[in-house]
Amino acid sequence: MSDARTDILGRVRAALGRKAAQPASESPGVYLSTRNLSVTERIELFVRNFEKLNGQARCLAARADVGPVLRELLDGRTAVASNSPYLRECGITEIGSVQTGFTVREELKAACASAGAGITSCDYALAETGTLVMLSSPQEARLVSLLPPMHVAVIPASSIIGNLDELLTNVPLPAEQSSSMVLITGPSRTADIEQILVRGVHGPGQIHALIVEEGA
Amino acid sequence: MTSAPIKIKETIADPRLQQAIYTATGRLMSHRAQAIQPALMPEYQELRTRAHEIKRHTIENLDYYLELLESKVTAHGGKVIFCRDAAEVADFVLGLAKERGAKLIVKSKSMTTEEIGLNERVERHQLEAVETDLGEYILQLAHQRPYHIVAPALHMTRYEVADIFTEKLGVKNEVVIENQTKIARSVLREKFLAADIGITGANFLVADSGAVLVVENEGNARLSSSAPKIHIAIAGIEKLIPRAQDLPLFLKLLGRSATGQAMTVYTSFLSGPRRSDEIDGPDEFYVVLLDNGRTKLLANADKRESLYCIRCGACLNHCPVYRKIGGHSYPWIYSGPIGKIITPQFHGVMQDPWLPFASSLCGACAEVCPVKIDIPKLLLQLRSEVVEAKTRGGTAGEERRGFRLFAWLMQRPKLFQFAGRMAARFGPRPAGGKWISKVPGLFNIEPVRNWLSQRDLPPPAPKSFHQLWKERKK
Amino acid sequence: MPSGRVSIFVTCIVDQLFPQVGLAMASVLERLGYRVDFPEAQTCCGQPAFNSGYRDEARAVALHFLKVFRDCEYIVVPSGSCTSMIAHHYAELFSEQAKPPALPVWEFSRFLTEVAGVEDVGARFDGVVTYHDSCHALRELHVKDGPRRLLAQVKGLTLREMDAAEECCGFGGTFSVKFPEVSGAMARTKIDSIQRTEAGTVVSIDSSCLMQLQGVISRAGLPIRTMHLAEVLASR
Repeated sequence: MSDARTDILGRVRAALGRKAAQPASESPGVYLSTRNLSVTERIELFVRNFEKLNGQARCLAARADVGPVLRELLDGRTAVASNSPYLRECGITEIGSVQTGFTVREELKAACASAGAGITSCDYALAETGTLVMLSSPQEARLVSLLPPMHVAVIPASSIIGNLDELLTNVPLPAEQSSSMVLITGPSRTADIEQILVRGVHGPGQIHALIVEEGA
Repeated sequence: MTSAPIKIKETIADPRLQQAIYTATGRLMSHRAQAIQPALMPEYQELRTRAHEIKRHTIENLDYYLELLESKVTAHGGKVIFCRDAAEVADFVLGLAKERGAKLIVKSKSMTTEEIGLNERVERHQLEAVETDLGEYILQLAHQRPYHIVAPALHMTRYEVADIFTEKLGVKNEVVIENQTKIARSVLREKFLAADIGITGANFLVADSGAVLVVENEGNARLSSSAPKIHIAIAGIEKLIPRAQDLPLFLKLLGRSATGQAMTVYTSFLSGPRRSDEIDGPDEFYVVLLDNGRTKLLANADKRESLYCIRCGACLNHCPVYRKIGGHSYPWIYSGPIGKIITPQFHGVMQDPWLPFASSLCGACAEVCPVKIDIPKLLLQLRSEVVEAKTRGGTAGEERRGFRLFAWLMQRPKLFQFAGRMAARFGPRPAGGKWISKVPGLFNIEPVRNWLSQRDLPPPAPKSFHQLWKERKK
Repeated sequence: MPSGRVSIFVTCIVDQLFPQVGLAMASVLERLGYRVDFPEAQTCCGQPAFNSGYRDEARAVALHFLKVFRDCEYIVVPSGSCTSMIAHHYAELFSEQAKPPALPVWEFSRFLTEVAGVEDVGARFDGVVTYHDSCHALRELHVKDGPRRLLAQVKGLTLREMDAAEECCGFGGTFSVKFPEVSGAMARTKIDSIQRTEAGTVVSIDSSCLMQLQGVISRAGLPIRTMHLAEVLASR
């Protein structure tokens, strides 16, 4: 009784007329299409596409401007902030209702489950689709942008690139960097009942992008 | 004569259901058309061709890519489990759950797990498996099958949902859809946070990265793969693509073809348990690679392209037959045109011999398939296989004789003309050039009866074209 | 000025049920200056057998067709599905070695726009017309704008597009009698679409579609006429 692996690979090879350890035939090339956009164009395109999805975007001149805007957005909500150094630079940790510095999974999970908002930075933002790209790391945990009903992303304008094609051109193997890369394009939604759109099913129903132009 | 199942007739006779199916699919069609219009996506046809080529390459070298995926998953701390069939998947999941003392599983939407009836198998062993996609959750409570690949509860009204929630969850009857969603969200949130194992499907398996790619709009796949300590991704072996750099191409086609979205809300690229310094994420990561008959399809070079399918659902939405008979009229969980071609290949043509014939061969499916599967061509092939099987089994009978007569007659022009003129002379001829609503018993054979059940028949022309042409010449 | 010899394959259903379509097509071609030849030994292209899975029987009929239409410069057909059968599916009936040469077969509207190079055939037809895109012509032969351009040149004719013009009428050959409820439901959806245009006539390039639609129209007693494109173009 051979094991499943041997069996399946054997059947695949028999079906295709291939031998064990036979290299693959020549593969078709990749198809990646990137555009050359200026920083201003990228910011504008990102904001437009982000807002088309019902996200709220704001452009801020400097990191110092983030704190007050965030306080206003939070409007008294408790929040969990990721450990991103950029958030520290923007003064997030000084806001009273914001908890940060979690390094233990269970504590993080509990905090995120009861928080009113999750605050993160992001690794990249994709202008063409209004997408936030988040790689899991000690600085950015997965659950901060997922459990709370509101997600606020503080984005340095320099991290906005054109599209996924460009991202994978620059980073062809994201798996080498992180166990998880998530592309977030708009608030959580469903139309499963009578095709009527409802937001905030499991993920956040409200997403905000604060784009900091300083240093871009 | 192959006869249509009762379900088809019932669905056609239900005006509410007809309206629901037609409207929902019509909406998905127009969203897609919007998204792929030449002004927005001039390269659309080129993308289809390239996607077809990459899928062909991957399938033709499938063993290589399976092993590449396995080596990368392993390198990142995960484990690949090959499973020949549904039982082996269940054994694996149950075995792991027992070892870890797991009680609760959360599942995100996966046609593959429906294919193997995973929930039923798992529940027999005192493990709770909860569907977390809103539509699938409702169906699970109602003990029903998905109606559509992308919109599983397409056939249900808010009132039916309200009743299901009241009956199964004990909540007061709530018909406002937004509130129904809130109810589901809060019930399922508790499950996500308490679950021991999260099971997802995979839209793509990325060989060079050892990664699974999961797209969704709700966030339940992210939660299923990130909250519990164990993540199991279950996917058919045909889901492979060679490189992470192939993703932009496929994702551009998938979202737009399915729902008209340039990108779904969440796209998760998951390549293993959390790395040593990551704060959250699963401790264990398994990729279950399922055969369950796919190697059978692989062995038929002429129909192998059936495995290119990326499960977008576009063929369902555009199929005029699906839009009338709905997802539950198909014998298996894969419905629509793709279901019509893979079901006979998985189960044998004689299991549902009527299935390949339940199509007018209009070709709308082939026109919209993002990976250019030639569905009508495969349907025609399957039809001839049904006929061959029936002939071998001695059940082709009357129909075969009918077509033999047809072929015989059509090779004899004078006899054909004679037969035609006899029909014109002695056949029914309503007055005033009207069409025929009834025929006398002798002519009322099954095809005629079936035609007349829906519409009138044209009377034979008093003179054939042959005759009129001769007269014209004079 | 178009000229030369053109052979016509009228199709079995036109021959026996709608001969006026064949006559209309011939008269349009003659008016354009072609000499129209009608090989009398023609019967059927074999599609009914092929579509039902009877490839041996379809092959036998195809061989007869190939014999009858050997040595033709153009074969013009008032049907998209029959043209498609001959042009695309005959090859599937034969092995590589025995493959017959490709025949110069043309669906009628494509012959007019692409070979004859005309759009105005001097026709006159007073009325509001809507056009139904027959599936084989649309998707296999890429016939979409041609018939519309031809209709646009007909004096007195107003062309009004229906929504879902590209949706299948539900005929599908033996599908119409194997799945009559589905076929009927598809036709009725199409008729609803036609009624919304308030056109008095629906036009198509395929008599099988017209037969399906007319069958439902007749059963429902609706005041809608079905006409083949050839009949419209032959009108004066």
